[in-house]
Amino acid sequence: MNATLAEDSGLVASTNRKSGAGADRAFQLVTAAAAWFVLLLLGATALSMAWGGRLAFKTFGWHFVTGKDWDAVNNVFGALVPIYGTLVTSAIALIIAVPVSIGIALFLTDIAPRWSRAPIAVAIELLAAIPSIIYGMWGLFIFAPFMAANVEPWLSDHLGSKAIIGPLFSGPPIGIGMLTAGIVLGIMVIPFIATVAREVFSAVPPPLKESAVALGSTRWEILSRVTLPYTRSAIIGAVFLGLGRALGETMAVTFVLGNAHDLSASLLMPSNSIAAAIANEFTEADTELYRSSLIALGFLLFVVTFIVLTIAKLMLLRINRQYGRTH
Amino acid sequence: MAIPARRRVADAAAFGFAMAATLFGLFWLFWILWTTLRQGASALTPQLFSDMTPPPGSSGGLLNAFYGSAVMIALGLVIGAPIGVAAGTFLAEHGRYTRLASVVSFINDILLSAPSIVIGLFVYEMVVVTAGHFSGFAGGIALAMILLPIVVRTTEEALRLVPDQMREAGFALGLPRWRVTRQILYKAALSAILTGILLGVARIAGETAPLLFTALNNQFWSASLNGPLANVPVVIFQYAMSPYDEWHTLAWAGAFVLTAFVLILNILVRLLARKGK
Repeated sequence: MNATLAEDSGLVASTNRKSGAGADRAFQLVTAAAAWFVLLLLGATALSMAWGGRLAFKTFGWHFVTGKDWDAVNNVFGALVPIYGTLVTSAIALIIAVPVSIGIALFLTDIAPRWSRAPIAVAIELLAAIPSIIYGMWGLFIFAPFMAANVEPWLSDHLGSKAIIGPLFSGPPIGIGMLTAGIVLGIMVIPFIATVAREVFSAVPPPLKESAVALGSTRWEILSRVTLPYTRSAIIGAVFLGLGRALGETMAVTFVLGNAHDLSASLLMPSNSIAAAIANEFTEADTELYRSSLIALGFLLFVVTFIVLTIAKLMLLRINRQYGRTH
Repeated sequence: MAIPARRRVADAAAFGFAMAATLFGLFWLFWILWTTLRQGASALTPQLFSDMTPPPGSSGGLLNAFYGSAVMIALGLVIGAPIGVAAGTFLAEHGRYTRLASVVSFINDILLSAPSIVIGLFVYEMVVVTAGHFSGFAGGIALAMILLPIVVRTTEEALRLVPDQMREAGFALGLPRWRVTRQILYKAALSAILTGILLGVARIAGETAPLLFTALNNQFWSASLNGPLANVPVVIFQYAMSPYDEWHTLAWAGAFVLTAFVLILNILVRLLARKGK
């Protein structure tokens, strides 16, 4: 009887497996195809940017990156100004966002009363949920006039005549410019860096911190000598993640950067960024070369953010490995 | 033994800095939300939801833009969500521990943060150039590309949270793998997967850059996906950049509705997710 039962159930299982095998294979194929699709998408994006920009690269060669003339009338396109503007605004953003994000992470893991941690963390995450066009509008109508009236006159009066940093802060206080754009970008990347930093701070093994406490460390010493060294690679990863966001951010920057193709040392002056130039000019590009130049800009942006985000991801994976997690 | 003054001061400074940093972050959130609320609430009128976008210098509403946005978000959802769930399933289940899965997972995280303007350019090259004109269809595809990596990531994470015992229980019943996935794992992870999809919708609702040269904009009522389609973010962009006061007011009204939609969706999703746990 046992044998028959076993045979029966064996039969049931095997028919099941047989009828299931085809469907199983199909299901696996469909999901694998979807996964391949994600890969293809990235590859196709890179290829189509390179293809669309080939005319600009062929025409200008290295001058496309080093030339500072962006002249649609004479069909000369050098992207130095937007590249410079992208790098400077992103640098300002990181100078603001990195310390603030680490401060927020510290506050949320060690200092804030327990009941207030979740609501504050959600509020900080909501900063990332606000659409970038809202940052742009607020920047243009509220923040730029505020900078022009209150902050920039002070900067150019007090710092504009200083020896080395003077040129950075000279010029008329018009509100629109690299400093304003950099600050808005900084606010926008705070939630990305702060969220990762908070996660890794709270994943520091308690015994490490407890040992430091037992040795009489203060909170500052725990942060600077235990938490930060232990989470260093993840924090660097978080910073690169923020950098990747800042480099590619479009709408907010388009509103407050001023779309000017002049190279100026002063942070108070309008400038341009890669993303803003594409957003402003692409639908107006009336020649093949103009359009190709803008797509070539897109290609540069894509390659740079790809590299930055790859570094971010590798740094973040490293800390997982350190914890012995595989994923 | 008392702690030396120098160390106490450093500690107090760190404490103060952390608190100030948090206040700094919250300060901007409230300033931006307050501005949007104040400027937007006063611009809200019944015409906003009944009239079309006006020509310069006259009043009107955003009906065509709301419609266009809704259609393109729906299109993005219909295209992006199924592919995203399937790819996420591969990463967490069928392709787990394969080389392909780890590469895709890595690349997906990069797509997640990739500049959305580049996605707009890509869809322009692929769809708009091929078709010869701007279209709501192209806009929907661009939004699907933004949604996709979000759904992939959250689906993968949701499935990984399902305990292995549930898989083993399914296999012990003799179920083939696809039925284990479909009937047990999807059920267990349903609320987390839906959370991811809704967060993705909140994200694409505010995306402007990928629509600038795919859907473009349309001042008039158009229900066709095959031509330029009005949408809230691009209308806000164009109106805010214009010199007309009426347009600025409409831009604020649109900004208010958009922000309210995105924030409410975000908060609801978080509440639901917490309840689910």
